[in-house]
Amino acid sequence: MTESTPVLELVGVSKRFGAVEALKDVSLALAAGEVHALVGENGAGKSTLVRILAGVHRPDTGTLKLDGHELVLRGPASARDHGIAVIHQHPNLFPDLEVAENLFIGHLPRGRLGGVDWRELHRRADELFASLGVAQKVNVPVRGLSVADQQLVEIAKALSTEARVLVMDEPTAALSTHEVERLFAITRQLRDRGVAVLFVDHRMDEVFEISDRISVLRDGRHVITAAASELTPDETIRHMVGRRVESLYPKEEATVGEVALEVRGLTRKGVFNDVSFEVRRGEIVGLAGLVGAGRTEIARVLFGIDRADAGEISVLGKRVTIDNPTDAMRHGVVYVPEDRHEHGLVLDFSIASNISLPIVSKLSRLLVMDRGRERDLATDYSKQLQVRSTGVGQSVSGLSGGNQQKVVIAKWLATRPTVLVLDEPTHGVDIGAKAEVHRIISQLAAQGMAIVLISSELPELMGMADRVLVLHEGRVAVAFDRDALSQERIMAAATGHPEK
Amino acid sequence: MVRAVEAPASSNLAGRIGLERTLALIARLRELGILLALAVIVLVVSVQTPVFFTVSNFEQILLSVALIAIVAVGQTTVVLTRNVDLSVGSVVGLVAFVTGDLLKEHVLGVPAAILAGCLLGLGLGVLNGLIITLGRVPAIVATLGTLNIYRGLAFLIAGGKQVSVIDLPKSYLQIASSSVLGVPTLIFSAIVIAAIAAYLLRYSRTGRQLYAIGSNPAAAEVVGIPSQRLVFGAFVLCGLLAGVAGVLWGSRFGTVNAGAASGLELQVIAAVVVGGVNIFGGSGTVVGAVLGAILLGTIQNALTISHLSQFWLQAIDGAVILLAVGTDAAIRSYFQRILTRTGRR
Amino acid sequence: MSALRDRLLARWETLLVLLLFAFLVLGTSLSPYFLSASNFSDMTSNLMEKAIMALPLALIIIAGEIDLSVESMLGLSSALLGFVYLLGWPLWIDIPLVLAVGALGGLFNGLLVTRAGLPSLVVTLGTLALYRGLASVVLGPQSVSRWPDSFTNFGFGTVPGTLLPWPFVIFAVLAVAFMFVLHRTWIGRQIFAIGKNKEAARYAGIQVARVKTLLFVLSGTLSALAGVVLTARLSSARADNGQGFVLDVVTATLLGGVNIFGGEGTIAGVVLAIFVIGVLRNGLTLADVSPDVQSVVVGALLILSVAGPTAVRRIRSAWSTRRFVQSAINR
Repeated sequence: MTESTPVLELVGVSKRFGAVEALKDVSLALAAGEVHALVGENGAGKSTLVRILAGVHRPDTGTLKLDGHELVLRGPASARDHGIAVIHQHPNLFPDLEVAENLFIGHLPRGRLGGVDWRELHRRADELFASLGVAQKVNVPVRGLSVADQQLVEIAKALSTEARVLVMDEPTAALSTHEVERLFAITRQLRDRGVAVLFVDHRMDEVFEISDRISVLRDGRHVITAAASELTPDETIRHMVGRRVESLYPKEEATVGEVALEVRGLTRKGVFNDVSFEVRRGEIVGLAGLVGAGRTEIARVLFGIDRADAGEISVLGKRVTIDNPTDAMRHGVVYVPEDRHEHGLVLDFSIASNISLPIVSKLSRLLVMDRGRERDLATDYSKQLQVRSTGVGQSVSGLSGGNQQKVVIAKWLATRPTVLVLDEPTHGVDIGAKAEVHRIISQLAAQGMAIVLISSELPELMGMADRVLVLHEGRVAVAFDRDALSQERIMAAATGHPEK
Repeated sequence: MVRAVEAPASSNLAGRIGLERTLALIARLRELGILLALAVIVLVVSVQTPVFFTVSNFEQILLSVALIAIVAVGQTTVVLTRNVDLSVGSVVGLVAFVTGDLLKEHVLGVPAAILAGCLLGLGLGVLNGLIITLGRVPAIVATLGTLNIYRGLAFLIAGGKQVSVIDLPKSYLQIASSSVLGVPTLIFSAIVIAAIAAYLLRYSRTGRQLYAIGSNPAAAEVVGIPSQRLVFGAFVLCGLLAGVAGVLWGSRFGTVNAGAASGLELQVIAAVVVGGVNIFGGSGTVVGAVLGAILLGTIQNALTISHLSQFWLQAIDGAVILLAVGTDAAIRSYFQRILTRTGRR
Repeated sequence: MSALRDRLLARWETLLVLLLFAFLVLGTSLSPYFLSASNFSDMTSNLMEKAIMALPLALIIIAGEIDLSVESMLGLSSALLGFVYLLGWPLWIDIPLVLAVGALGGLFNGLLVTRAGLPSLVVTLGTLALYRGLASVVLGPQSVSRWPDSFTNFGFGTVPGTLLPWPFVIFAVLAVAFMFVLHRTWIGRQIFAIGKNKEAARYAGIQVARVKTLLFVLSGTLSALAGVVLTARLSSARADNGQGFVLDVVTATLLGGVNIFGGEGTIAGVVLAIFVIGVLRNGLTLADVSPDVQSVVVGALLILSVAGPTAVRRIRSAWSTRRFVQSAINR
């Protein structure tokens, strides 16, 4: 085996989505028989890179090389045909079909009469799982399998197509400790068989347990690639976050008042456990943590989308029950969701219609919507938040990400909330608009609103938050005060590797 | 995400057997369940009306069910892909009438007329398929439209007249009353068609791909399955089988007018759904659909024999659709919840 | 609202007017009796039950669901009306009772869709059969034909001094009310939001399940009302009343510009479309074309009204992609 030619390479790959540059001139080489970890914060470009390898996106510039030859992927099927198997975070199997059939779909073994040879299919499937050292019944529908087991099916499926490259995108997110160990054992086997494994993760302990080589992405750029033996978790974290803290809008001083939101012992089985914190008027409390740590899940419970299994929520000192968003709104708790296209906005509606949506009944007299009032309200907020548009009648689908986000914020401001929960508010927003959104948040706090800021952008938390709670696997791991904040400390706590 | 050390052992039956095996059991349970329900009905009715429990009566049941079963086979292929064909009743009626008319007017001989009828069914299926795949019209709207178009065409061609028994050649009429190897031709045809379909769905690559399309359309695209082509094919097959049923319908009933087989589509869908074919696609068997047809046919027969109001039939079809789909959904969500509770998402 | 849809819709309603005009011309050419007030009065009269049912169906489809059971609820209410009237109960009790049953039927649909999470297509397919079946159970094959004059005069007669059928008055009032609710009130705004993006609506505090259930109740109630009107007009309560109506009702809605995928539509368009269908059927009837054959045209209209906009949309986007690529190359 030639040590020199990597199996799969990215050379100078860039990819842009609208205003956001997801990848900038990234080069990466995957060698056979090696587990290569790809780490980076949320938004560093890892998912985009995976999707390019999977054939879902085409790079804007740069090339892919397979065994040194240029490779153009025309789609996911094409990637598969070239021996690249990708296991996404959510398994993409056929739930009604048997495990065995899922493994060999597309190349089911034929019997003498030309029909599917089920016995042979089962035999081969059993063989495959046996070679992985896994006991799995192959004649059951995939639907009944746990996520961990479905992942293993995906891995076995990759083996069945004799994949040479296996890309795993945050595979450990939904697994128990035991299942992670099992996954790692299998990964090592595959590596020993000569498969090139790309392992996207950001739990330091896992990364250092399984990988031979580590690459760090930051803000869409490749920072460093080194053998795992040459790096320490601390250094890696530093590479992940090390950057000049951008000039954000300086935080306005706000008088911190009474406790606006108090959460005690909030639990949702399997998602987060015994979460307690309080937010005062004028305060910005940051929630940090990795994807899957439970931050958005807590926000959804606060807003009534999901129900908690245990715990209490109090607003302005009064215990409240929040069973649905209407309850939350009534108690003055509102939520700016992470996915503004799916949950935050009705894309075909105008700016004004989006802003008025939660309060349509209040903007009406005897059922009739007062379009004038709606327009005035929208114009006011539009001006206040500096939404750049051709007018409040413009469809929000035509706005930039930053302006769209401002519309979502405006929508909730119109309900005059007590507590504003923001989930990744500057995700997919360009620098200029980011600063504006920060200014808005800062001003809101100064005006006495209690703000919960969920963010994966550490500089953002550093610049905005009075306090930061770091969640790790559903629990509040550490709480930092503003002066004790540092990006390294936050990331370390988030990756389960807290500083001593 | 709370890292569980080990997934807690569940104390319930599902946990003990294992979720995967339980689900597989449920699938097989469906067919057993139908047989059980059949047994119960037969028992209860036979006690009340002994006439029920005779070979000739059972043969009657199977005869009346045979045509529905044939159409149900075609409908099953369509439903497996997450679609539905509401036009089948109209296809059967149109083909039955046209075939009879061709024979009545001595345009074609019996074999040619039969072939023409089948081809007509095929053609109508092709039209359905084109509207849905090329025209991108949702199956429900497309086949609601063609249900009326095909029925209207039947009325247009009929012009108020009907085809009567006396107009038809004996050889044609005898098809329905003849037997093959001691089994009435109608029942034999149904069995053969169902058997072939069952075999193809289980053992052919195309058949398996149909299941894949219905189970996860997105993944099917990724894996490179030609979904559009296969869905088109499913509708063509459905039309063809409805055409075959139409030809046999004409033979069985002799007298056919333009309104023949009206409302058949609901009976067929009820049979398919009761038979365990998932209305969302991806799972279900032809055997199940046929058993469903037999169950509903038995109920119909039981009602007739017990002189109970025939008018309950349509209501039963409707109730049956609702019950079957509802229970399937309930079972599925029950298992989803169990999966979530034990920490496995 | 979407700019593209606005332009398309503006042209859509124009298209409907053109279509209406075309069918009027067709009708005139087919029969000398076509262009007469009495004919239009008859035509309208025949149309009103379907028109009444099309109104709530439009809202349901805009909200992202569908209700195929409308014609069967009509039949059930007609049968029930006949049944209780035969029992000797006076009409002023019967009619509200029948409307209440309609509401219950709609509630049943609504709960199965929102609580049990079943697709409305399948649910209303099932209730299409169930309610019609129940109608047969209630009334059997018989028809009830003896009705008080006041009742039949209402169904068959016209507003004194004009040729406007009474049912038209009901429909007109309802149409105005629906137009008001859908396009002017906050409820209508919520309905559009639900149809456009159910999740975003939920996250905006809209009670999606409640709204949908209410729409189904409304549909059931108005279908029952249509049943009462039809019974009065035909002077006959029968279990098979309204059989086949669902085609025209669904076609009117989709032809009227309501998007089958939800989130878009106007009442004005639906009203225009219902008259397009009415004029078409009327003209064909006068030309001795049987109702079943007329359905061929209506069925084709149904398919075209969905296939048409989709095709246009795809041609437009292919065109704009082409221009985009061209300009990218030229850069």
